Amino acid sequence: MESTILNKEDEKIIQIESTILNIDELSVSYGGDKYSIDKVSAGIQKNKITAIMGPSGCGKSTLLRAINRMHELYPETHHKGSITLGGEDIYKINPIQLRRKIGMVFQRPNPFPTMSIYDNVIAAYILNGIKLKRSEKNEIVERSLREVGLWDETKDVLHKRGTFLSGGQQQRLCIARALAYKPEVILLDEPTSALDPIATAKIEDLLVKLKKNYTIILVTHNMGQAARISDYSMFMYLGELVEYGKTKKMFTTPKDERTEAYLMGKFG
Amino acid sequence: MNISNSISQQKLKWRIFNDRLFSIVMMSLAFISALPLLSILYQLIKKGYKQIRLNFFIEVAPDTMEAMMAKVNHEIIPGGIANGIVGTLIIVGMASLIAIPLGLICGIYLSETSKGKMAGLVRFVVDMLQGVPSIVLGVIAYIWIVKPVTSGFSALAGSVALSIMMLPSIIRSTEETLKMIPSTLKEAALSLGVPYHRTIFKVLLPTGMSGIATGIILGISRIAGETAPLMLTALGSSAINLDITQPSSAIPLLVWEFYNDPNLIDLIWGASLILLLIIFLLNLGAKAIAKKWKVQY
Amino acid sequence: MFKLITTDRQNYRMKSERLFQYFLKLSGVLILMMAIGIIVTLIIGSIPTFKEFGFGFIYSPDWNPTEGRESYGALPFIIGTIVTSLLALAFTFPFAFSIALFLGEYFREGRMASILKSMIDLLAGIPSVVYGLWGFYTIKPIIVELGLNAQGFGIFTSSFVLAIMIIPYASSLSAEVINMVPSNLKEAAYSLGATRFEVVKNVIIPNAGSGIFAGFILAFGRAIGETMAVTMLIGNSNNIPTNLFDLGNTMASLIANQFGEADGLKYTSLVAMGLLLFVLTGILNLIGKMIMKKFTA
Repeated sequence: MESTILNKEDEKIIQIESTILNIDELSVSYGGDKYSIDKVSAGIQKNKITAIMGPSGCGKSTLLRAINRMHELYPETHHKGSITLGGEDIYKINPIQLRRKIGMVFQRPNPFPTMSIYDNVIAAYILNGIKLKRSEKNEIVERSLREVGLWDETKDVLHKRGTFLSGGQQQRLCIARALAYKPEVILLDEPTSALDPIATAKIEDLLVKLKKNYTIILVTHNMGQAARISDYSMFMYLGELVEYGKTKKMFTTPKDERTEAYLMGKFG
Repeated sequence: MNISNSISQQKLKWRIFNDRLFSIVMMSLAFISALPLLSILYQLIKKGYKQIRLNFFIEVAPDTMEAMMAKVNHEIIPGGIANGIVGTLIIVGMASLIAIPLGLICGIYLSETSKGKMAGLVRFVVDMLQGVPSIVLGVIAYIWIVKPVTSGFSALAGSVALSIMMLPSIIRSTEETLKMIPSTLKEAALSLGVPYHRTIFKVLLPTGMSGIATGIILGISRIAGETAPLMLTALGSSAINLDITQPSSAIPLLVWEFYNDPNLIDLIWGASLILLLIIFLLNLGAKAIAKKWKVQY
Repeated sequence: MFKLITTDRQNYRMKSERLFQYFLKLSGVLILMMAIGIIVTLIIGSIPTFKEFGFGFIYSPDWNPTEGRESYGALPFIIGTIVTSLLALAFTFPFAFSIALFLGEYFREGRMASILKSMIDLLAGIPSVVYGLWGFYTIKPIIVELGLNAQGFGIFTSSFVLAIMIIPYASSLSAEVINMVPSNLKEAAYSLGATRFEVVKNVIIPNAGSGIFAGFILAFGRAIGETMAVTMLIGNSNNIPTNLFDLGNTMASLIANQFGEADGLKYTSLVAMGLLLFVLTGILNLIGKMIMKKFTA
């Protein structure tokens, strides 16, 4: 990981070495024998944005949720295969511990309605009962809000409720909330689907900045978004990972005809 | 052509007339239903306000002899309803102490368990309990507490009867309030690595607080005026009694006692007025909380 | 770099999560046990009565506590209860239905609706014993004045007051159901030129009918269990009433009146009466809730 080799011949090796998250033959079912995703394998690259695309119902959200084990909230789920984070099997770690390493942002902005903006940012600490000094709290709040570009807009209203912000600001607040715990990976489930184009553009810019420090996995059914900001793209269809590769390459020369059909707007 | 037109014209008039008549009758009936309320309030205030002095709150109810003497001498009947107020506070307070924690936890259980045999059965039972007449709960508390536990009528037995009575509404309002909260909030907390029980107590309960508190207060206001179960359990007491294993008075019990004693009957109005005021204030409080604590999500 | 070691603390966490789930479930178990306890208590308590009289207890018209010739039959009280409550339901219907239409269709929002709604809420908050007082001091004299009944007590008087007491239950449930009639159905009727009355008659009633019916069944269950107001107004006679102005007694009122001083067979017969009351209200309640559930599903 600390490799300094930069020549092109070794690019492949670097890639293998900088795989942060390895998904291996993963299948997830919400009950019964029907699998929502079937034998998905992929290595997610560190400090890159990976977009997961596909028509609705293709399993992209399921895949995303399997990464921080949120799919287990449904009672009858079961899975086969494995996911490793930095070499460690996530299904052998306590989900609570895992979710602090892998943050998540949802479709609709969902700040905690009873908390102020300030408390929302440090919600992970408050809710987990971790005591911080006042100065530590201030530092985390300022750092996280600066990271998402919300500091200047909110520094005077930090103790107002988060639900007073606009939709785009709320979503950035939710990203800040996910960043406060310094996760390794951030999962975003169609984070801009409820936002207007201007707010969407801001979030997209933000994500590009954030990849310096975090690994980002983004579910989107907006192809333009994937093309604009992602480094790698996955195309899923009917629970199957059809194609996975560098975004530029996939958008110009897709290998699979289903990917091509999707990119040409033929379905979904 | 012309004829049929004029017939349909006439018919149309008839239809419009019917429509008007119906809405007038309906509106009148609806507002007539509120007349008893005004009549009751008028009666209580007119006859009761004179009795409400400071003494009425700090003195216990007079015995029948005292009241008779006062009446003979054309004086105001002395004494008040302090024993009833203290008794109501103790009995209702203890009933809440029993019912609120159990009701909250059970409401959480039902809202978190949408499927499953056990939860279905519990829902069925809660529905059933909601319809049990209060007098039957009085019989139950008599058999469960009065006979074996306190070997005699007691405030505790009254509290048990009333707590069973308020449980279903607390359980149901908690369940319904929590179910309305979008699941994304719960997911947000869990995705931060917050354990399940903390997610419930620190995120879901505060978010649903206004609905839950409203349900609890309405439950309290429902039991505050109950008389029948207390007749079989707390019985009544002429003195202020703080020992929960002993008989205790309550405001509705006093109303009943005054009603049955020709010498004391003048006191029913003040006592009823206070009881009604307490209940109305609780209702108002519930409404205010529902409005003020409402969380936008 | 990624050290996610399973520590003891985490193990403890996992265990505490599972413990918490059990804890939630335990509250459900407690509620179940409570309900089973109520049923078992009532059954055990009434065994001596059913041993002595068999099912004759239910259809015997004789309630005679005279020692040596003791005989207890519930029939007068069952009849008294059902007649009183049915009459109350008949009185309630036009008013509660009007309120339901008012709040569920004609004026869903706005000042008029909120005034009416708060009045109904207040009506629901008035304690039973206060309704009894109002019946005694306001309604009874009117009944006497009208020459309907010499003393003014009896089935008719208590039904009238009961009717007002159950208006809130019957109307709020029906209003909810009427409110749920899909607006596209109503709009379809309006677009064909129907008047509002015709929409009520041909769209709302057919669609909401079963739900309204369920609302009235639940209100009927309430009336059956009401104690205090009835006790104060029905005249407490142990005979089967012969007409609507006759004196009578209901099951709940009998328990309230005689439980205090009862022992032996009389005591067990009163518990048995409680069991009958429990079963009767339980069945009505479940039927009402079942129809309601079907309707909302």
